[in-house]
Amino acid sequence: MFIEAKQINKVYFDKNNQPNTVLKDIDLSIQKGEFVSILGPSGCGKSTLLSMIAGLVSPTSGAIIVDGKKVIKPGKDRGMVFQQAALFPWMNVTENVMFPLRKEMSKKEGQERAHHFLKMVQLSNYPAHYPHELSGGMQQRVSIARSLAMDPAVLLMDEPFGALDEQTRSRLHGQLEEIWMDTKKTIVFVTHSISESIKLSDRILVMGTRPGTILTDITVDIPRPREQHRQQIAALEERIMGLLKTEIDKVIDEEQAYEAGS
Amino acid sequence: MKPAVKRIIFFAALIVFWELGSRFELWHETILPSPVSVYASLVAGFADMTLVYDLIASFRRLLIGLVAAIIIGTGVGILLARSKTADETLGTLVLALQSVPSIVWLPLAMMWFGLGEGSIIFVVILGGTFVMILNVRTGIKNVDPLFIKAARTMGSNGLDLFIKVIIPASVPYFVTGARLAWAFAWRALMAGELLSSGPGLGYTLRYASDFGNMSLVIGVMIIIGVVGAIVDLLIFQRIEKNVLKRWGLEA
Repeated sequence: MFIEAKQINKVYFDKNNQPNTVLKDIDLSIQKGEFVSILGPSGCGKSTLLSMIAGLVSPTSGAIIVDGKKVIKPGKDRGMVFQQAALFPWMNVTENVMFPLRKEMSKKEGQERAHHFLKMVQLSNYPAHYPHELSGGMQQRVSIARSLAMDPAVLLMDEPFGALDEQTRSRLHGQLEEIWMDTKKTIVFVTHSISESIKLSDRILVMGTRPGTILTDITVDIPRPREQHRQQIAALEERIMGLLKTEIDKVIDEEQAYEAGS
Repeated sequence: MKPAVKRIIFFAALIVFWELGSRFELWHETILPSPVSVYASLVAGFADMTLVYDLIASFRRLLIGLVAAIIIGTGVGILLARSKTADETLGTLVLALQSVPSIVWLPLAMMWFGLGEGSIIFVVILGGTFVMILNVRTGIKNVDPLFIKAARTMGSNGLDLFIKVIIPASVPYFVTGARLAWAFAWRALMAGELLSSGPGLGYTLRYASDFGNMSLVIGVMIIIGVVGAIVDLLIFQRIEKNVLKRWGLEA
């Protein structure tokens, strides 16, 4: 297995020193090149789980192994894209994409590489723009290019399109799918949108909340491009909703807010 | 109407009202001299170069003091932001000292550095340092955690993270700190000069007052106000605006 989590538990202590179990007995395994979504309502710990794979958060017990190595701290083998683009405002687009490269290659090589990945996200015409001059969708594409530029084995995405409007999100879904097919990266994608997870992923890990557990592991075998298979998508959507049962109200509430573009 | 036009009309009306009040003797010339006599004393002051030397002397002290205040303020600010122990001890002292107007240090400064340049510059440095310290400290502590997380996933940590991400991310606070340091230093400078020997704008103001030359007193006050406004508007507000825009902190 390329990414493996074994018996992950995460317990936080709140103000009154009461233990609060965020993740309970999480086991997961992801193969190289797979596109896996982690789907769940807010508060189920899906982002915490992703941050653990990134090495930004450590589990209370259990271990995560990526490509044979135990995760203890962040590393360039695991790129992460956040809900906010997190571009550095004092750097222009090219400098932002070059940020992870500056120590390992010459400036010229870095620029060429930045250009290559900006082209991949169709932003090669904006090399000298500053983040505040770009729209939210463009910023997020720069952020994706920045992660890809360091050639990580895994791309971790934490609701990367959650803050964008519906049309932009839909276009970026298409772009991400293409990038994934081109680069063959392993992608772990956190979302609370059922339709987004069905549209993009090979597998969906559905999480329940309080404490966060993996309820079920669904393989999505709808051929790509998936827009042409509306019936199968609708059927799977219903199946996931059926499986969720107790979590369903929370997910639907959020889905509605999400679709409303909040 | 453009703001500049509004401003010109406002100040013109103010001066006209002031001059008319003097002409019709609503108040006595010794209490509030007319704009015409203020203008005359300013012209005389610049003609015999006293005000020019005053400006040069004052700016020299200000520049030395402000640069020192910004350097010390940045250093101590970084220390307070990075070390919890320093923040809990030295930080409390800084907070307490910040509320002490820097001019009250002058008697001590005169004991330490004598009556001349040294003690005025010391007071100017104190005037600017504390506000710079507190702004730098706040800036570094308030760096968006998302920037730090993102940088860490891109292989940055320790000193590299601090220099390449945390320092640039807090630049808006540095700029605001420098602007406030300038404002406080300028006030401290005038207070210090009032109480010591010349040349200097503050010294000339007191000298004019001692000789009952109220039109020169007002003339110097106008120079102090105009210099303050020009430096603030043309230098600091401009830099601040550009930085806030670039850093995405302003719509």
